[in-house]
Amino acid sequence: MMGFWAVFAELRRHPSAMVGLVIIFLLLVMSIYAVIRIPYSEAVRLWRAGEVVWLENPRNAAPKWYNWFGAGLPETIKIETAAAERTEERVGESTKRVTYRLAFDFPYKRFPQELALFFTSTYTTVPPQLVLSWRTPDGREIPLGTRTVRGVERYVLSGDSTLLRRLGRAPEESLFSDPKNPEQALSGRYELVMDVYTFEPGASLSAKFIVYGRVYGWAGTDHLRRDLSIGLLWGAPIAVAFGFTAAVGIALIQFILSGIGAWFGGALDILIDRLTELRMILPLLPILILVGMLWSRSIWVILATLLMYGSIGGYKTYRAMFLQAREAPYIEAAKAYGAGNFRIVFRYLLPRLIPVLIPSFVLAIPDYVFLEASLAVLGIGDPILPTWGKIINDAYSMGAHFKGLYYWLLEPAALLMITGLGFAMIGFTLDRIFNPRLRSL
Amino acid sequence: MLENLKRLFSYFSVRSFLLLFTVVVAIYLIIIIANMGGYMDKIKESEIMEQVYNTVRGNPALQRLSPSELRAILDKQIEIAKRQAGLDKPFITRSLEYLIRGITLNFGRAEQMTSDSGSNQVRLILLERLPHTLLLWGTADLLVFFVSVFFALALSRRYGSFIDRLSVSLAPLSTPPVWFYGILLILLFASFLRLLPYGGFVDAPPPSTTLAYVLSVIKHMILPVLSVFIALIFSSLYSWRTFFLIYSSEDYVEMAKAKGLSSRAIERRYILRPTLPPIVTSFAMMMISLWMGGIVTETVFAWPGLGRLLYDAIQHVDTPVIVGSNVIYGYLLAITVLLLDFLYAALDPRVRLGGARRS
Repeated sequence: MMGFWAVFAELRRHPSAMVGLVIIFLLLVMSIYAVIRIPYSEAVRLWRAGEVVWLENPRNAAPKWYNWFGAGLPETIKIETAAAERTEERVGESTKRVTYRLAFDFPYKRFPQELALFFTSTYTTVPPQLVLSWRTPDGREIPLGTRTVRGVERYVLSGDSTLLRRLGRAPEESLFSDPKNPEQALSGRYELVMDVYTFEPGASLSAKFIVYGRVYGWAGTDHLRRDLSIGLLWGAPIAVAFGFTAAVGIALIQFILSGIGAWFGGALDILIDRLTELRMILPLLPILILVGMLWSRSIWVILATLLMYGSIGGYKTYRAMFLQAREAPYIEAAKAYGAGNFRIVFRYLLPRLIPVLIPSFVLAIPDYVFLEASLAVLGIGDPILPTWGKIINDAYSMGAHFKGLYYWLLEPAALLMITGLGFAMIGFTLDRIFNPRLRSL
Repeated sequence: MLENLKRLFSYFSVRSFLLLFTVVVAIYLIIIIANMGGYMDKIKESEIMEQVYNTVRGNPALQRLSPSELRAILDKQIEIAKRQAGLDKPFITRSLEYLIRGITLNFGRAEQMTSDSGSNQVRLILLERLPHTLLLWGTADLLVFFVSVFFALALSRRYGSFIDRLSVSLAPLSTPPVWFYGILLILLFASFLRLLPYGGFVDAPPPSTTLAYVLSVIKHMILPVLSVFIALIFSSLYSWRTFFLIYSSEDYVEMAKAKGLSSRAIERRYILRPTLPPIVTSFAMMMISLWMGGIVTETVFAWPGLGRLLYDAIQHVDTPVIVGSNVIYGYLLAITVLLLDFLYAALDPRVRLGGARRS
């Protein structure tokens, strides 16, 4: 039997196995980083809490690195009244006018995605009013109308139909368009001027102006404005944990049962034959779908079903080896000193063949990672946790491939692919190391 | 020869019988799983209610009654019908009844879905989709099988060459499932290059001439078949080449070489022949996993087969169709196993002549 270092030395002779090891190491680092940096409850909140959390993100935004390739997509700009230039003037007995100049640089040629204002006002009886106007870099001034703000409000300029009618074009385009070339944005310093009228001594109004860009973070956002990087990061620990648990669990169950079967033989053999055939006929994916549909979509229920399915059959893989090992002299010796059946199976027979188990279980890990993704693509993913498969499912069902939002599909796909390849590269090499028949080939 | 055929037949019938038994057990298990939440009962109950409603509504004598009187009659009738259908019997008796319905694919009516011809019989919906699935996966399976055997043999001939080592190191590429490559191919050929359709079975509206129809179907089959091919070719090349290498290092091959037989004859008679049974077994395993993977692949390609049906049934939460799909997949797997068993028997002289040696 080979020791760990001997196996490692052997692995180092195969470049593809080294690549695989590096990939798995990086995957583990990513998983640990994800779990430490964004705790479980926080990840679920960021992924499931609803629009409130994501409201300030652009919708379907590309990742930031798109701009490295000259995409020239605008980033999101946020300006708050607290940080803006402020002039105050008393215009009546208790009426006050505060003028905020929300100025920002817009160095892009592409239009932003959306414009929105978030207000918070305090008053007792008469709500504050405001007059909005827009100043372009070339000095034009465009009035945007007046509003009354009651409490906490969101005003989406891009969704205002009166504004749209008045400007004759979507506000995020018409306000930014270059008069010489209307299909392009004019870059330079813009100003949103807010004249806030308060009618009571204690009344106040604060606002945040958001110019939604077309890029966000290193991974982009989805149709719900969710930051994809959270889903992609958290997909790693889930994929690794699920794949590993399923593969180890099923391999161990089959290994132990086939060891017991080979040791006792007899009527058990016939049963094992039938069970192996039964498992070939039981359609795994449809059954998982059935369980997911009728019972629970939780990833743990799916895992338990998988383990149960795995324990039905698949004993034939290890059978021949056990039958051979059964006849070994040291087993004979154990029998001679009067070791019981279970002692022989668990102390002598099983440990002896563990090396055979390792390659097959390493090779099985990516299969289960992809199985989870398959279920997610069918819409039976875990209802709470973000997984790579679920991101693919979201992207696919929202038509990312029709709309050209390639990053949305390709990012989780690339992570799945790299993970699968990492485990497979090591598995194939281990197979060649441990399987003497393949060793010379 | 006749003796051989007879033996083959008896072997085949014993295997079929055993398999049939296994199929029954498998379907029973599926039904138990489906009924854990009482879903089979629910399917049956809703069917009974619909029948009762229809007979009561269709009865002119009852139409004058007030709604509350009608309600009372309905409730009573439903109660009687339920008892007649045996819903008050213990679960064991009921489950056996469901088993018979399952084996005969008699799942009653779908809750929401209909077949293209407008029927809502689950059996008809399933059978309508079956040919599409068989067409796609049959084509893909055969393509992968013949291409792999051909090239694996060629690789084993060039053992240790650059192309051989390359194909061995590409084997991990078979880890992702078919649908995964499907999505990538759709992105490349449909979204980006706009050369091939995103999915579906034929163009809409379907072409009127037969030739154009066939061509359109073929055009829609290119991407799914290609993704099956990419997803499977590397691992089957790798493992089948290894089989060939193992068998070509046998002593009788050396002997044949020493006799001076042509390499073609050696390959056909001494290498290919004994290697075929393990290859057929590994092909069987591949096909079984393909049937399953077909569910996601057909979904991704919007291919109107059984897999897509199952996906649609999930979207509609149409339980009778979901249970029916499970059972029909069980049947498909059993038929695959039986077919390959038969092929195995025909290929392996030990099985074919096994009876002769004993007598």
